[in-house]
Amino acid sequence: MTYTKKDLINLSVCMVLSLIIIPTFIKTEYWYTSILIPWLCLALATIGQQIVMGYTGQLALGAAGFMAAGAFAMFNLILRVPDLGFVGSLIVSGLIAAAFGILFGLPSLKVRGIYLMVATLASQFFIIWMIDKFGWFKNYDSSGIITAQDIVILGKPFTTPLAMYLVCLAVTTVLTLLAMNMARGSTGRNWMAVRDMDIAAESMGVSLLRTKVQAFAISAFYCGVAGALFAFCYLKSLEPVAFDIKLSFKILFMCILGGLGTINGAFIGAAFILLFPVFLNAVGNNVFHGAIDATIISSIEQVIFGLLMIVFMIYEPLGMAKLWENLKQKLRSKFLSANIKNLKSLKKS
Amino acid sequence: MIDELLFFMEVLVGGLLAGTMYSLVALGFVLIFKASATFNFSQGAMVFFSVLAFCGFMQDFNIPFVLAFILAALLMVVVGLCTERLVLRPLMNASEDTVLMATIGLGYVLEGLAQAAWGVEVRRLDLGIGDFPVPWIADNLKLFISALDITAGLVAAIMIIGLFLLFKYTKIGLGLRAVADDAGAASSIGIPLKHIMLLVWSAAGVVALVAGCMWGARAGVQFALVDLALKALPVLIIGGFSSIPGAIIGGLIIGAVEKILEVYIGPFFGGAIEGWAPYVLAIFFLLYRPEGLFGEKIIRRV
Repeated sequence: MTYTKKDLINLSVCMVLSLIIIPTFIKTEYWYTSILIPWLCLALATIGQQIVMGYTGQLALGAAGFMAAGAFAMFNLILRVPDLGFVGSLIVSGLIAAAFGILFGLPSLKVRGIYLMVATLASQFFIIWMIDKFGWFKNYDSSGIITAQDIVILGKPFTTPLAMYLVCLAVTTVLTLLAMNMARGSTGRNWMAVRDMDIAAESMGVSLLRTKVQAFAISAFYCGVAGALFAFCYLKSLEPVAFDIKLSFKILFMCILGGLGTINGAFIGAAFILLFPVFLNAVGNNVFHGAIDATIISSIEQVIFGLLMIVFMIYEPLGMAKLWENLKQKLRSKFLSANIKNLKSLKKS
Repeated sequence: MIDELLFFMEVLVGGLLAGTMYSLVALGFVLIFKASATFNFSQGAMVFFSVLAFCGFMQDFNIPFVLAFILAALLMVVVGLCTERLVLRPLMNASEDTVLMATIGLGYVLEGLAQAAWGVEVRRLDLGIGDFPVPWIADNLKLFISALDITAGLVAAIMIIGLFLLFKYTKIGLGLRAVADDAGAASSIGIPLKHIMLLVWSAAGVVALVAGCMWGARAGVQFALVDLALKALPVLIIGGFSSIPGAIIGGLIIGAVEKILEVYIGPFFGGAIEGWAPYVLAIFFLLYRPEGLFGEKIIRRV
């Protein structure tokens, strides 16, 4: 795998921004605990959704179920197999989620579109039910809400918001780079071939079985890890209700509005879906001074998300990432044409 | 022994009748799918929206029952009109999946609008039909069957017969079938595509309203209706997306199977397997008969 100059610049800009600028300038806990940490976790889950939906073209709607599987696997691994350590448990819980992904991804070999969506809904409801009904997963805790264990890596506790942010950042960075590599390599080419025309892909020697199952497994792995981080760094508790179908829809929206088939779209979409309600609440509180009921604000938020979805489907099915791309293109051509004009005027003089 | 059999019958009949409620929701899906090959994911939201509007008209504005029902039905026609104009027409040539995602968005819009306009609290809907066993049946057949279930069954039967007659014997029905078969060819021989779409969406809206009334009378008019309506999806998979009888049979199967599983197997697992059993059943159908019981075989051309 070779990297272009552009990749390295992007990576270093992101790293400087997230490792130096954010920790030095943002001191309030609110930003870490309520925005940055959930953003990273949900972006990671959205990458999982991207892999199966954006890259492989399989409509799936069970991301939150896999997240729940990852979160509770993490809880049980730390509880029962403490020797694994945090990172080990994180990987294993991702793998457990991946196993579920394979199981519920199998129908994708036969069906597509809304049929597959229904099949993946089964995973959503089944996993949540299973966790809810079998006390073992919750360590026989009757309250329904379990406090997540503290994060300890190599004997050092990571409990402050900044430390947790760094943990999420590290995991997200590694997995994002991995996803980018996969998407650009032969794995991703196979995914996209299946997405664009599965029959043609098959006749060119791409194994549908392998490709689809692989996509579901990797997607569920990402969702599982994201779910574990989401529970341990953001919610700090484990309850099956937190991973209901609403969260699945949210991740679907992040994926679609962000831009199908793009990794940066996952981050843009997650940021938008997370920040927009914050913005709307701020408007409600500051402009209307709380005259609008909070439930109305959340309804309006829902309407706007829905409208955006329709508008994007009509005008730009590739989402915000594509808009960003177009903007860059426009700016580039503007500067370029300006440069060319300069050159011409130079030549004349 | 006879008691056990009676109990089983009761569970079965209760399940079948509850299943007709799923059928009613599924019917709306089928109508739209038949005429436009669009998976309307927002059907559940339409159920919620229409019945909440109905309740809102009745309870907030004190409009009498019948008038409120007509108003709610008209509102659904307007929704259908807007959907056709603003969502479907621009997406005429878009891929199936794109339209499906747009209808997910539409569902969000409807849910949000309904809650913004009529609030989020659970509303009671009293149709004048009690959700309690009919004494006559309880006395004579020793079966405890709710009057509401029977009404739902009857309403579903009437709607199906009505729709069947409409599709089979009227000119509109012929037009609908023509559009479903090949929209391009139908419009080239002069079938007004726009009107057909409007008609279908309005019909689906009214069906949603009726389904919503039945559900609302049982469980209260609340957001959970949307999740309940999701169960119409496995119904469709079992019955086939393009078949009205399929929607009914699928609903009956789902209703009966989920009740029987819940009563006889549920207790071993702590109950509430109703939540996922229909979906798992749908997966098995998908693996062995993806087109459903009555659906047309899915043929994809390369």
